[in-house]
Amino acid sequence: MSLIEYIIFAVIKIALLLFILLTAVAYIVLMERKVIARMQNRWGPTRVGPFGLLQPLADGIKFILKEDIIPDNAYKPLYVAAPMIALILSLISISLIPFGGQWHIGHYHIPLETTAFWTGTGIQDINIGLLIILGITSVGVYGVALSGWSSNSKYSLLGSLRASAQLISYEVALGLSLVGVLLFAGSLSLRQIVDSQSGSILHWNFFGGFQFIAFFIYIMAAYAETNRIPFDLPEAETELVAGYHTEYSAMKFAMFFMAEYCNMVTVACLATLLFFGGWHSPLEGLGIPVPDIWLAVSPLFWFFIKIFFFIFVYIWVRGTLPRFRYDQLMAFGWKFLLPLSIANIVVTSFVLALRS
Amino acid sequence: MLHTILFLIFAGVCVAGALNFLLQHHPVNSALSLIVVMGSLALLFLMLGAEFVAAVQVIVYAGAVMVLFVFVIMLLNAGVEARSGGSKVAVVLGVPGLIIFFGLMYWILSAPRSQLENVQIGDFYVPTQDLGIALFREFLLPFEVTSVLVLIAIMGAVVLARRERP
Repeated sequence: MSLIEYIIFAVIKIALLLFILLTAVAYIVLMERKVIARMQNRWGPTRVGPFGLLQPLADGIKFILKEDIIPDNAYKPLYVAAPMIALILSLISISLIPFGGQWHIGHYHIPLETTAFWTGTGIQDINIGLLIILGITSVGVYGVALSGWSSNSKYSLLGSLRASAQLISYEVALGLSLVGVLLFAGSLSLRQIVDSQSGSILHWNFFGGFQFIAFFIYIMAAYAETNRIPFDLPEAETELVAGYHTEYSAMKFAMFFMAEYCNMVTVACLATLLFFGGWHSPLEGLGIPVPDIWLAVSPLFWFFIKIFFFIFVYIWVRGTLPRFRYDQLMAFGWKFLLPLSIANIVVTSFVLALRS
Repeated sequence: MLHTILFLIFAGVCVAGALNFLLQHHPVNSALSLIVVMGSLALLFLMLGAEFVAAVQVIVYAGAVMVLFVFVIMLLNAGVEARSGGSKVAVVLGVPGLIIFFGLMYWILSAPRSQLENVQIGDFYVPTQDLGIALFREFLLPFEVTSVLVLIAIMGAVVLARRERP
């Protein structure tokens, strides 16, 4: 494959991914509203379009047409840039995620991921994909910290400081919980981690790799990283008005919102890739004959089913659990999750050393 | 050739960020310029092929150390710096320092071409596994000593931030 073809395919993939992702984010918002409404025994949005399906369109139009207020003494460059930083970083982390195997169209082999680098002859997956995603999580604190400070309002500043402290505390547990998976896969590349889980459902890291503790640590740390219930103290209306995005209106607020839901999608994708076999079907090793046409689509289908399930769990937890108090939140991150993740690393490496 | 061009671009960004860091009046702008410097250093590492070091540079420096800098600036509500009237010491030490610096640069850059453009992109590529093995076999003692150092720093921070009991 030549450089020109690589660039063309990359541009097509980026455009497609952006379109699908932003539409999906809008409809995840609708899904959240309807699912939580059903859990609270009410309907949710039903008026706009059949079953409220055009509600995201109405919301988008509202956000674009709303008045864009900038507070008087806000530090303008950072005030405008902070939501953009948040959104850009969450989109970059999604671009690193492989969505399936390779597609063979004609004589082109196209891996289903947006970020792959072009060696002289072909396309290769990034060797350190997981580490880059962790790095983006680390740098993502700036979107929150700078937005609260630049709004020049005490609620925003307090909310952003709390949110940043929460984010950097749970990053540690997040990173350490993934080390067990890395020990099994032997590589930081996401595609190789998924390939190491091929075979059958028992090879998945959650079941056969016994990484269920690591999975729960990861899920809890990820809920804290995305500021979702039960860790959403920085955004709770009863606590800090709206935390770091108090002073934002219209499109900037929409960008924060989109960034949060894109982060949710990234967390769901990572959970499937690292713990649940990625795009491998759970019926894989059972010897069921499948037609070839299904083999081309099945990775995407199973991947999206799993992501949908994890996002549903996100929304389910939001509708069910109360939120942590701030000191409970920090104590939980440092005094419980961190020692538990280190213990998981020790036990996993012990078991692996005994096996070989 | 490609390596030289990319190096000049990223090193230019790095130096521009560093100069901006010195010349800005508001501490937050300086902190952001320093983040740009850290990022461009990570890119330079990546160009040499040290991918793990590049990622860790972003995670540790740009993602943790600079976050703490920004925290401090936000908490102390540091505003625009007051302008001082200039300092004699800066001129007395600075002008000869600059002359020496540029002299050194000229001397280094006037070396024959073959000595300068020896590096290709990805020359120092090390798979993460080999890095880990080297770190825990040959360099185990420095690794343990560094972790003790970090532990001392943590203990110092805890002691300094402790509230006095009445």
